[in-house]
Amino acid sequence: MENYRQPEIDKILAAELYSPLPSSRLLFTHFMNFIAFALAALALIPLFSILWEIIKRGIGGIKTEMFVKSVIDNGFGNAILGTITVVAIASLLSIPIGLFTGIFLAEFAQTNSITRFVRFITSILTGVPSIVVGIFAYGVIVLSTKSFSAIAGGFALATIMLPIIVLTTEEALKLIPIEQRLASAALGGTRFQTTFRVVVTAAIPTITTGVLLAVARAAGETAPLIFTALFSLDWSAGLLTPTASLPVLIFNLYNDPDPERSQLVWTTSIILLGLVLCVSLISRLVTSKKK
Amino acid sequence: MANLSEPENNVSNASLELTANDGINYWLNQSFTWLIYTFSALTVAILFVMSWIIFHEAQPAIGKFGIGFLWGKDWDVGNQIFGALPYIYGTLVSSAIAIFIAFPVGIAVALVTSENFLPITVKTTLAFVVELIAAIPSVIIGLWGIFTFIPVIEPVQQWLSANFSWIPFFKSDLPIGTNMLTAGMILAIMILPTMAAISRDVLIAIPKELRTASMALGGTRWETIFRVLLPAGFSGIVSAAMLALGRALGETMAVTMVIGNSAQISLSLLDPAYTIPSVLANEFAEAEPGLHIGALSYLGLILFALTLIINIIARLLVQWFGQKNK
Repeated sequence: MENYRQPEIDKILAAELYSPLPSSRLLFTHFMNFIAFALAALALIPLFSILWEIIKRGIGGIKTEMFVKSVIDNGFGNAILGTITVVAIASLLSIPIGLFTGIFLAEFAQTNSITRFVRFITSILTGVPSIVVGIFAYGVIVLSTKSFSAIAGGFALATIMLPIIVLTTEEALKLIPIEQRLASAALGGTRFQTTFRVVVTAAIPTITTGVLLAVARAAGETAPLIFTALFSLDWSAGLLTPTASLPVLIFNLYNDPDPERSQLVWTTSIILLGLVLCVSLISRLVTSKKK
Repeated sequence: MANLSEPENNVSNASLELTANDGINYWLNQSFTWLIYTFSALTVAILFVMSWIIFHEAQPAIGKFGIGFLWGKDWDVGNQIFGALPYIYGTLVSSAIAIFIAFPVGIAVALVTSENFLPITVKTTLAFVVELIAAIPSVIIGLWGIFTFIPVIEPVQQWLSANFSWIPFFKSDLPIGTNMLTAGMILAIMILPTMAAISRDVLIAIPKELRTASMALGGTRWETIFRVLLPAGFSGIVSAAMLALGRALGETMAVTMVIGNSAQISLSLLDPAYTIPSVLANEFAEAEPGLHIGALSYLGLILFALTLIINIIARLLVQWFGQKNK
């Protein structure tokens, strides 16, 4: 009984517990800390370098008349208009379809096999390379209308935006508490009334930021536009003719020897990057606060 | 008392009807339901229609070259001879370099932003800033690659080829910056957000009890990470890498601008190369309908199949991992 507390063993144990780690384990800890922080710091360099470089080279060249002149006159007015046109067409096509599919995923039988299948296909759709979407739009629109056009470009961007809108809408609707739906149903609301007057109304801010994210992504896409909307140096004549856009302008003119043109490329970059980063920054900040 | 078993019927049958099947609300509800189903079917159909359209466009080339297209080495537009091997090689190797670099860096970012190394505000800001890279348009990363990255990396590559030319990977006569290695590094930057964000989610989702148990047994932080956290999150991290790889395979603009666009198969990473998306970006708009468009579409179909397989495996892994943790 007197050995019950085993004071010697306690002392040894205490000494072991209070002793510092063996040097090999300590060294390993410090070494791995260093590696992890070095690699994480490495990851930040490109972003800041890109921002710095684009701003440094582009900011001096901004002139107000650039916004109203076409590329032929060393402006990017027609590219801005083209980007707006193409993205507007894409939004008109993809927002309704995406919204309704998102509602389907969130509101209709949340866990049955059909919803799982739709969700799976949607997430696969996000992984389809944008250039492949370009071939698809070329086959559907350019081959049937026999012309590169803003509509073809818009169709391609719509295909890229669609899965993003579906998945963000679903996430947004899932944040609405189930009680709100039950209350509406208890008052005799049909599914249409519950969904539209209660659930979607409450989720509109989050859905909007999701849609903005998709729009920002689409506005920066180049690959699907280079053989659907193609490019034009001057103002485009209509929706069924080749149309300029900001990203394609950068790609087409980046190694132009004319110094005015290369300045134009950097200035365009700063506009495009500013546009895309601001929209996604705002929408990400808003959605991250919601959670 | 007999009235109890047969209650007096004050309400007429018509007004008691709970499941109305007429009136404007009924029809609104009905058409709304149908609209939902139609649009959801449309979303699903797009993937299948896309596969069919691209297959259909590739038909001339599939008919002429068959499966041999995959290992044909020549790409001669004038003589209408097309082979995909240099492009497939370039796509696979550049993506492999990218994932080779992005994997450790991505995991490091995921660990730094999920462990308690840093105060929570610094942590979330760091994760947020890395994710912001994904928002930069590809063509701008390409522009940066040409005018900022290549001048920095070119001397390093020349030094590599001067001193390590006995390693076949670095044997090159005169590396000029636009080559496979540069493309792989640019791709690594572009897929880093995917790799980091998904790995971070995976690490955060691992039950806290696992790490507490390891710590209680006297494990240090890094012993816990290596022996408990990383093995527990292994399938999730692998799927993150697969999704990142899928991104890398399909990435177009930045690669086109820095890879040198030369359809050759060279073991050296310092030689220019070509990828499937790059050749599509460069040639599709000017291609003649017929065999040339067919061959390019065939390349698109191969890329589509490649990314589809990788994405499906990754998604299945994600789902499997998600269910395991529930």
